[in-house]
Amino acid sequence: MSDLIDSLYRGLLQGDRRSAARLITMIENGDPLSIGVVKELHRHSGKAQIVGLTGLPGSGKSTLACGLAKKYREYGKTVGIIAVDPTSPFTGGALLGDRIRMQELAGDPGVFIRSMGSRGALGGLATATNDVINILDAFGMDVIIVETVGAGQVEVEIVKYAHTCVVVTMPGGGDEIQAIKAGILEIGDIFVVNKADKEGSSRTVADLEMMLEMKPGFDEAPWKQPVIQTVATNSQGIDELHEALDNHWRFLNETGKLEEKTSERMKAELIEVLNSKVSIAASKALSEDPKCREVLTRLIKREIDPHSAADQVAKYLIKGASQ
Amino acid sequence: MVGSKNNIRVLLAKVGLDGHDRGALIVGQALRDAGMEVIYTGLKQTCESVVEAAVEEDVDVLGISILSGAHMALIPIITQMLKDRGAEDIKVIAGGIIPRDDAQELVSKHGVRAVFGPGTDTKEIVEFIEKIVKGERI
Ligand SMILES: Nc1nc2c(ncn2[C@@H]2O[C@H](COP(=O)(O)OP(=O)(O)OP(=O)(O)O)[C@@H](O)[C@H]2O)c(=O)[nH]1
Ligand SMILES: [Mg+2]
Repeated sequence: MSDLIDSLYRGLLQGDRRSAARLITMIENGDPLSIGVVKELHRHSGKAQIVGLTGLPGSGKSTLACGLAKKYREYGKTVGIIAVDPTSPFTGGALLGDRIRMQELAGDPGVFIRSMGSRGALGGLATATNDVINILDAFGMDVIIVETVGAGQVEVEIVKYAHTCVVVTMPGGGDEIQAIKAGILEIGDIFVVNKADKEGSSRTVADLEMMLEMKPGFDEAPWKQPVIQTVATNSQGIDELHEALDNHWRFLNETGKLEEKTSERMKAELIEVLNSKVSIAASKALSEDPKCREVLTRLIKREIDPHSAADQVAKYLIKGASQ
Repeated sequence: MVGSKNNIRVLLAKVGLDGHDRGALIVGQALRDAGMEVIYTGLKQTCESVVEAAVEEDVDVLGISILSGAHMALIPIITQMLKDRGAEDIKVIAGGIIPRDDAQELVSKHGVRAVFGPGTDTKEIVEFIEKIVKGERI
């Protein structure tokens, strides 16, 4: 490792905030030096409880994250928060406003908040988020809350890394549940109907509970997903949410599901890293390696099909790698 | 520009008791449209919370907006705190209603890179930030 990385890394393990923050930036930027850090981190992480918080835009995720963090602090736990907001696909810029709702946490040394744009770093956003989780884990945060807007595949990928996934919705019109993508119903371990001070909240709860009960296998499922009503702006229901998170954590530990989740997470991580390595190696081979270029030429001339071409390139890549 | 990296990161903070942030938000949007990541922390921040946020977010630039007239009391505290945290490489710019003499003092004595008055063309701010950040990176 370079001297800079070495000193940042030592700072991180000693609880220096600036070192942690700078390492996160290097991960986000896909800095080649940061790979050394990721390797080292592997030994120092794996202790934190990871909570994913996803759901409708504006449903109150950041406000909930703040309330939850305060609750965990009451129990003496340190909390990291990673708030991911969409990056504009056109300019690459982003307005990250989640901290506005987390002002009550300001000045607490037991809390570390980081805002991230969803610009995929090299190797994808989910990998980058996972690396940032590992940094906060090694930094000594007991609980790490990851907030994402539950809009698409990427967000689902991110919360997959969480031990417990909380899906947040709110009352309003009856379309809100429809708006939750089908996949979200599958990944939610706990459901929250926030803004319970608004009209139609119990109706939304009933609709959600019905949808969950109609899911095949609901009766035998060892974990029954609770639906919790909250008013994040005045901390109503935060105790219940905290308790549900504790219950789920205990459930994971007692049933061996925690190991299952951890190995799933490791596998997903490995596949993502592999994907990006393979795709980089393949692009390089297709422009530099004469044999691979020939395959490409034959494909363009339509002498072979894309599947056979891919098989041949894969063979060359594997041979190259084993040499 | 999907997959772009090394975005410039800017924290925009409203310090002190004045209660509106339209100006800061307009600047924030302009910076975002120029491809920067803009972290906005909301109204009525304390100096401590601004410095902590700037460190945690590891921003390149900290933009402080003050309309209440307390700039000479607050901005030097912030730049000093950044120094004490070993974070003086975070570049500070200021905006709001700041008389010229005060602005000069902030720049010459307190390490502020520039002061932008009300009605400054946002393009000027974008270009200034790009210049000071890239100047250092090369
Ligand atoms: N009435 C009511 N308003 C709430 C409640 N919780 C949050 N809000 C308000 O809803 C708005 C959005 O809250 P956020 O916490 O920013 O929501 P979010 O889901 O993080 O939003 P995005 O990150 O933009 O998707 C804010 O104005 C909050 O003050 C609640 O329980 N009741
Ligand atoms: Mg939010």
